Amino acid sequence: MNRRLVTLLFLLLPALAGATSGGGHLDKANIDLTNKQSLQKGAKLFVNYCLSCHSAAYQRYNRMGSDLGLTEQQVIDNLMFAAQKIGEPMTVAMSRQNGKNWFGAPPPDLTLVSRSRGPDWLYTYLRTFYLDESRPFGVNNLVFPSVGMPHVLWELQGWQKPVYKTVEHEGKERQVIDHLELVEPGTMTPAEYDKAITNLVNFMTYMGEPVKLERQALGIKVLLFLLVLLVITYLLKKEYWKDVH
Amino acid sequence: MGKMMTGFMGWIDARFPLTKMWKEHLAEYYAPKNLNFWYFFGSLALLVLVIQILTGIWLTMNYKPDAAKAFASVEYIMRDVDWGWLIRYMHSTGASAFFIVVYLHMFRGLLYGSYRKPRELLWIFGMFIYLCLMAEAFFGYLLPWGQMSYWGAQVIVSLFGAIPVIGDDLALWIRGDYVISDVTLNRFFAFHVIAVPLVLIVLVAAHILALHEVGSNNPDGIEIKKIKDANGIPKDGIPFHPYYTVKDIVGVVVFLMFFSIVIFFIPDGGGFFLEHPNFEPADPLKTPEHIAPVWYFTPYYAMLRAVPDKFGGVIVMGGAVLILFFLPWLDRSPAKSIRYRGVLYKSAIALLVISFVVLGYLGTQAPTPGKTMVARIGTIVYFLFFLLMPIYTKLDSTKPVPERVTK
Repeated sequence: MNRRLVTLLFLLLPALAGATSGGGHLDKANIDLTNKQSLQKGAKLFVNYCLSCHSAAYQRYNRMGSDLGLTEQQVIDNLMFAAQKIGEPMTVAMSRQNGKNWFGAPPPDLTLVSRSRGPDWLYTYLRTFYLDESRPFGVNNLVFPSVGMPHVLWELQGWQKPVYKTVEHEGKERQVIDHLELVEPGTMTPAEYDKAITNLVNFMTYMGEPVKLERQALGIKVLLFLLVLLVITYLLKKEYWKDVH
Repeated sequence: MGKMMTGFMGWIDARFPLTKMWKEHLAEYYAPKNLNFWYFFGSLALLVLVIQILTGIWLTMNYKPDAAKAFASVEYIMRDVDWGWLIRYMHSTGASAFFIVVYLHMFRGLLYGSYRKPRELLWIFGMFIYLCLMAEAFFGYLLPWGQMSYWGAQVIVSLFGAIPVIGDDLALWIRGDYVISDVTLNRFFAFHVIAVPLVLIVLVAAHILALHEVGSNNPDGIEIKKIKDANGIPKDGIPFHPYYTVKDIVGVVVFLMFFSIVIFFIPDGGGFFLEHPNFEPADPLKTPEHIAPVWYFTPYYAMLRAVPDKFGGVIVMGGAVLILFFLPWLDRSPAKSIRYRGVLYKSAIALLVISFVVLGYLGTQAPTPGKTMVARIGTIVYFLFFLLMPIYTKLDSTKPVPERVTK
């Protein structure tokens, strides 16, 4: 029993202390990769708002179309503005040098951002821009301090300002942001905006690994096969070992 | 039919020792009949090696060892190559699986004294395999050319720079450039796909030949060759084939189930098998806030950071691996297996496991004064296990070792 326990501990070692990301509190993104409608809405937001500065250079338009249940014509009419051919990757016309001049750093490619940052981070990031006079674009962000990106979705969300509270930290009183308050509403209500961002993050999570659903579906079949194989091989072993005493 | 087979095999056997080898290594290789759970990991390590070689060959068909293209070519494999995602996940998960299996295999050696006479060379070949595996993993980790690939390699290569006098030149010579660059990527690719695997395969062959020369140890730590029947066959031995082949197949299936769970459901292993920052392409101008090696190196990384002096840290880290080579001569106990050893050895090995696991955890974390202190204690405990071994194994009260294997 003891030995089993030790083995188990060894096997669990890599999983110990799984999520150890620093930084502030992250809101949970309730995404659903099987929800095609949500993915389509997210794709629409992505190509309209993100794709003018950020590329998604490893994602092809036609792959996105077939994975999201759209015909090629639908993709060409609704989601493809800059590209010539449906098989092209989702690149961006802005040069890296221009990006650097305008934003301080070229806007990063977003194909894999859901895998490096995680959906929850993206969901929180896109909802926590707030007015800050000291920044070049007049906004800052709760999970990305001193962010270089302007609040591209302000039309939808409106503007938020921080509400401070006083906390004691090592004997000194300090002002920290308690929460954000909407000071100028956008075209969406906060609930609508959260929903829109959920769709966007859902799409970006899909884009991070388009094969995810297929992978999981195949995994179930593989495990069922191995389970059957386990029974057969175990019985074979038992049969052979009958004469070992 | 039978006659034709004899004829054909006879023709082969007159020219190549096929039947002889089959008998020596499988059908008439007598393994102790009491091998338990821990003895699955040798054959599993071989399985993982084959998985890594095969998936590696297929990855090479689409991977581009070029700093401007490497990252994109990995994503090309993940998205545009048929089944590329599966091959890539098998390879990346295989790397971690290799270390899990090998660590358990080595721990088995510690439990049952498998490194003791006459298996010293077998252990040393195994240790060289472990070193090769570490090199292979290190070189391979640069290839996806992500942020952690780049900065991990930068940190490790800079460790050579800590060596007095020749350090800086040595680091420059390894990198082929003043920073990790396209040149480094190309040479690491060469090491990863051909140089180290060749050495690895030769060492694995030597490891198995040495094993079959001296025979397998067993959970009782006794030599089954001492008691043989009239035909010269060990009384407690059974032919490896078919008994252990059919048994190992069960182990293989169970292993593949765990392996598949990771590949199909958690391929990044919670950020431990594929680290999150490695989904960002390498950027020489942007240092990640926290650089940590992959989990299988973290115990040594924690030891490196525990020593205040950089060169001292490198010595300690290297020493932690090299000291394992001397195990056969540090152990003075009359009993090989933990089953017949006393409380001293049992406590010592428990402390070793705890210190290794704790150091492994600390190596993944950003250092704080408290954590560094724990890492220092862990490092001392790790080394004391080996340095004090000649004393506590001699003082330990052992139980009498039986003549024949027990159930």
